[in-house]
Amino acid sequence: MQPLLYDNTLDTLFMVWWSTFYAVLIGIPVGVLLHLTGRGAMLQNVVVFKALGTLANVGRSFPFLILIVVLIPFTRLVVGVSIGPTGAVVPLTIAAVPFFARLVEAALREVDKGLVEAAQAMGGGTWTIVFKVLLPQALPALVAAVTTTVITLIGYSAIAGAVGGGGLGNLAYTYGYQQYETSLMITTVVELILLVTLVQLLGDLVVRRLASRGTRASSVRVGLRRARSEEPAAVTEAA
Amino acid sequence: MITTTGLTKVYRSGDREVTALDGVDLHVREGEVYGVLGQSGAGKSTLIRCLNLLERPTSGTVTVAGQDLTALAGRGQRANAALRAARSHIGMVFQHFNLLSSRTVQDNVELPLEILKVDRRERSRKALELLDLVGLADKAGAYPAQLSGGQKQRVGIARALAGDPKVLLSDEATSALDPETTRSILTLLRDLNRQLGLTIVLITHEMDVVKTICDSAALMKNGRVVEAGTVAELLATPGSELARELFPVGGEPSGEDRTVVDITFHGSAATRPVISELARTYNVDISILGAAMDTVGGKQIGRMRIELPGRFEENVVPIGFLREQGLQVDVAAEAGPTDAAAIPAPAAPLEKEAAK
Repeated sequence: MQPLLYDNTLDTLFMVWWSTFYAVLIGIPVGVLLHLTGRGAMLQNVVVFKALGTLANVGRSFPFLILIVVLIPFTRLVVGVSIGPTGAVVPLTIAAVPFFARLVEAALREVDKGLVEAAQAMGGGTWTIVFKVLLPQALPALVAAVTTTVITLIGYSAIAGAVGGGGLGNLAYTYGYQQYETSLMITTVVELILLVTLVQLLGDLVVRRLASRGTRASSVRVGLRRARSEEPAAVTEAA
Repeated sequence: MITTTGLTKVYRSGDREVTALDGVDLHVREGEVYGVLGQSGAGKSTLIRCLNLLERPTSGTVTVAGQDLTALAGRGQRANAALRAARSHIGMVFQHFNLLSSRTVQDNVELPLEILKVDRRERSRKALELLDLVGLADKAGAYPAQLSGGQKQRVGIARALAGDPKVLLSDEATSALDPETTRSILTLLRDLNRQLGLTIVLITHEMDVVKTICDSAALMKNGRVVEAGTVAELLATPGSELARELFPVGGEPSGEDRTVVDITFHGSAATRPVISELARTYNVDISILGAAMDTVGGKQIGRMRIELPGRFEENVVPIGFLREQGLQVDVAAEAGPTDAAAIPAPAAPLEKEAAK
């Protein structure tokens, strides 16, 4: 039982890690584009905005179980297999991108318009505004969005597991449910609960650290920040 | 330094049209502090955003430091490289400071320099120099959230100066500050104006701001400039709303058959005992309804509202005497219908004066 639990935990972490990675990689540009092309925004473009918006809405309204099935040919094309943890990463990513992109869009919307105006008044272009104003200012909200996405993906990965994706979901279903190993099922569920709690706590901690910049920062921390000085690097770290 | 001609801005929302600016001609001379006054909704905020084309005017031109900004291309909201370059040499400070909370004070000041692609060492040197100039050298490593409102605005000013601007636009820069902090920020702006020869355009709804630091002022109403000129010109203009606002003297006439006269003293006239001379020479009883002395634009100015017995026709001679003393005399409008004609127009159209 122990090696089984261990292997499947690794599978779940593998699925969640890679699908989060790709979801963030794709979701940030999509979310930025959604924000910039919206009504009255800097690069207002109805066609792009509507197209991306529709795509995001369609993606988000698909029941995940059906999405996995529909995507089987595509998954096989991309990673060569359609089952196992590797096969599960593709549908998980596809499900998470629209979800995360909308969260990014919402996070950017919360950035004070005055800051964008100030950057424009300094002669900043779109690039400057995205990388020096919008993303750094929205960083706490973006971290919160990643946290929510990771947790959603943990839940989805359990569904993926049940249909051949491996991981804790698979374990709980095949051994716990189908073979009446109630104790294993409960262990798995408890582990999932712990995992989600841990991610949420960690995410909240980072958000609080970022959001309180300056309000509670001791002189020591200010000193550390200054020593690090290359602030834009923080954006890529989060991504 | 800054000239706008026929500046018009119309906002469309659905089938409704709102005219924010309605043919504004503004002329700001090099090295002066120019105040644009008006109530909220008068269009002053739109006006200042048109000066660096954050808002693209519907029609009209904006020329800053000899460069016609409206001629620089840029479709819709987007600004092309030439306009962005021009903007980087026009500083702007904001009512709510608009500092990035994710950056330290020094990094905030460095942002415009990053946009100008200045190398890191030079950025740091310049930012620290500017912070020293605004008196915040010790706060370089702090975050905006750790500063008071006045300190934040000083950072905003340092940031606005980073591109070595010739022009500083101030959008209600002191409206979110308490009176004492307002004074210190205005003093700073005045010093920068003198030390760096910086031309400053500030919009405000506070008369005190104009009184404290402005050389010239314009009053906006419903998207139009209704009065404009140097502060001295405005104070010398009979019936000037700005002058009255700058310098209110209250007091209602005590009864009928009285003539109410507003007298404005400038410079040397302010120190002469004209009222007692008037009383002695013409043997009239004068009641003082209201009076004030103040410093406007660095000059001593006095204003007084007096009441003479009898109707205007009976007081032509004493009023003539006051005019002879070099005082500016306005007979309050309610005294009679003939008064408007009786008041000579001293200052010729102010626009002409300002255009020199």
